[in-house]
Amino acid sequence: MTPDTASSDLAINVRGLVKRFGDKTAVDGVDILMPKGQVWGFLGPNGSGKTTTIRMICGLLKVSAGEGECLGYDIHRDASAIKLNTGYMTQKFSFWSDLTIRENLEFVARLYQIPRLKQTVDETLEGLGLSHRQKQLAGALSGGWKQRLALAAVTMHQPRLLLLDEPTAGVDPQARRDFWDEIHHLTKRGMTVLVSTHYMDEAERCDRIVYLAHGKKVTEGRVHKIIERSGLITWRAEGENVRELSGDIEGQPGAEHVAYFGSALHVSGTDAETLNSTITKFQRPGVIWEEVRPSLEDAFIALMARAGVDERVHG
Amino acid sequence: MIGAVRRIWAVMMKEVTQMRRDRLTFAMMFGVPIMQLMLFGFAINMDPKNLPAAVVAEEATPVVRSIVHAMDQSGYYDFILQTDDPRESETLLATGKVAFVVTFPSGFTEKLLRGERPALLIEADATDPAAASGAIGSAQTIIDRAIAREFTGSLSHLQRGPPSVDLRIHRKYNPEGRTQFNIVPGLLGVILTMTLVMITAMAMTREVEQGTMENLLAMPAKPLEVMFGKIFPYVGVGAAQVFVILMAARFLFSVPFVGDLYILMIGVAVFMLANLALGFTFSTLAQSQMQAMQLTFFFFLPSILLSGFMFPFRGMPTWAQYIGEALPLTHFLRIVRGVMLKGAELSDLRFEMLAMAAFTCVAIIIAMSRYRRTLD
Repeated sequence: MTPDTASSDLAINVRGLVKRFGDKTAVDGVDILMPKGQVWGFLGPNGSGKTTTIRMICGLLKVSAGEGECLGYDIHRDASAIKLNTGYMTQKFSFWSDLTIRENLEFVARLYQIPRLKQTVDETLEGLGLSHRQKQLAGALSGGWKQRLALAAVTMHQPRLLLLDEPTAGVDPQARRDFWDEIHHLTKRGMTVLVSTHYMDEAERCDRIVYLAHGKKVTEGRVHKIIERSGLITWRAEGENVRELSGDIEGQPGAEHVAYFGSALHVSGTDAETLNSTITKFQRPGVIWEEVRPSLEDAFIALMARAGVDERVHG
Repeated sequence: MIGAVRRIWAVMMKEVTQMRRDRLTFAMMFGVPIMQLMLFGFAINMDPKNLPAAVVAEEATPVVRSIVHAMDQSGYYDFILQTDDPRESETLLATGKVAFVVTFPSGFTEKLLRGERPALLIEADATDPAAASGAIGSAQTIIDRAIAREFTGSLSHLQRGPPSVDLRIHRKYNPEGRTQFNIVPGLLGVILTMTLVMITAMAMTREVEQGTMENLLAMPAKPLEVMFGKIFPYVGVGAAQVFVILMAARFLFSVPFVGDLYILMIGVAVFMLANLALGFTFSTLAQSQMQAMQLTFFFFLPSILLSGFMFPFRGMPTWAQYIGEALPLTHFLRIVRGVMLKGAELSDLRFEMLAMAAFTCVAIIIAMSRYRRTLD
């Protein structure tokens, strides 16, 4: 899938999006050309402009500059049509804690004027597995359940596009898996999903990734392409004495990025020869070195480090 | 011990930093006391002077002129009209343009000279008993002295024995001078102000504070629709309050209801609108529920003090009266007291209705210019 796809097949088609708050530029010329029916991951450090971009796409923020369409509707003029056809899940739980689960769903259903309200809400509750808890206050739900309730609420009106802003932040691993199963289930029904996240395992479940830094798009592509394009060589060190190693190896020739992954140390660089000779010097008892395929996170650590100086937009 | 002091110090520093950051609260902490000082110190006067009055006299003899002059000099009465048509002065009293009507019956001077103790009538607008009491209380003395000054030389034989005039005082609209008649109808306005302004001011800030505003805006609801949906239930609450207060006024306090209910209801509707519009404006200004509360209080204080609810409106200095005229409660009080106690007609209250409508328009214009459809 390339950006050349006919524009009618694009769920999101925005060019040169800019958002300024006073003299600060939060988003600086971002293009997103996202085909329908896919799941795209939106990545980047905190404050890189992910939330602002999502809010501009769904009409919650005025666009300072740039143009485009969302589901074929102009982002400047057709905010209300866009809102009717998108579901937006905010970063922070933003349903009403002092309403019950059922009342929250009913309120949302009424706002979207969903026909056969009672039946739709009943079905949604059943799908969530919350039928027996429908009279509990939404505020009493655990973090994972809150997110599932929010997802159910924003998809009740069958939106064509779903915008999820860090939906799994602070949610336990099992709940995260369940949540992602639900996302894939929704895309099977034809929904397009743009989801921002900090989790690499979630990013790897996406069809394509957009990486933002300092309000600019740094890279975009399929996961393996992004790793490939990073041009990284990665060595992994495991063993009892790895911890003592990390401080020494940092800053050595060829070792551009040093980072822990669980108990293992990843040392990455773009110059294979120099890195290999450095690694040879750090052969220690109790440390097992192995060259591995760089992970997406290695690629992103490298991207983040480069973002300050190299702001080229790739692929 | 030292540890505790240090920890208290740490909390204190944090508190001061936060206090300074919340500009509005900080301003309120100084603004409110200064406002209170100004209002209580300068504006409020429990013994109002210079109350507007009218004279009805068919004759303009020296003794009549002398009495009128003496009353004017006393500082209590400020004669703005002299007429020989009692109907004209009646209208002025009913609409509240004058607080007193002094009537010299025909043949007053003649009877006085014959020593027949002629009647002198002072009609007072006693809807606010406190406002009229000073002027009424001193009337006899003022008049007696004026006459005494007049009866010198060849007329000094008329100075025998007190009082040479039969002063009759009619406390109109509230003959027994009962404070409840003034306060209870007024409470209607005060309670509506408090409820409606506060609730409306807090309606939006609550959603913003809890982070649910973003969700509401992302859904098809437009902010104005949200606002209306939020306000309407409280209009119902306001209507229930009106009902309860009117019932209490009738059956608990036996406040008379002389005028037409429908005129009062028109006044209530316009007044509610004015308060809702103001609350809406506050909700576009306040960033938190706390700030919304403070803004409401900042408005409520002068409303109570300068509207004539607690203290006589005419007793205040001119600048305070101007501020009072800008407050919707002032006009609503005139409507509710006018209708209930004086039986005022819609045409008498035209100006008050228009004043409240003008206030509403200004508030809506400010609110609309500040109101946001998006999150920025």
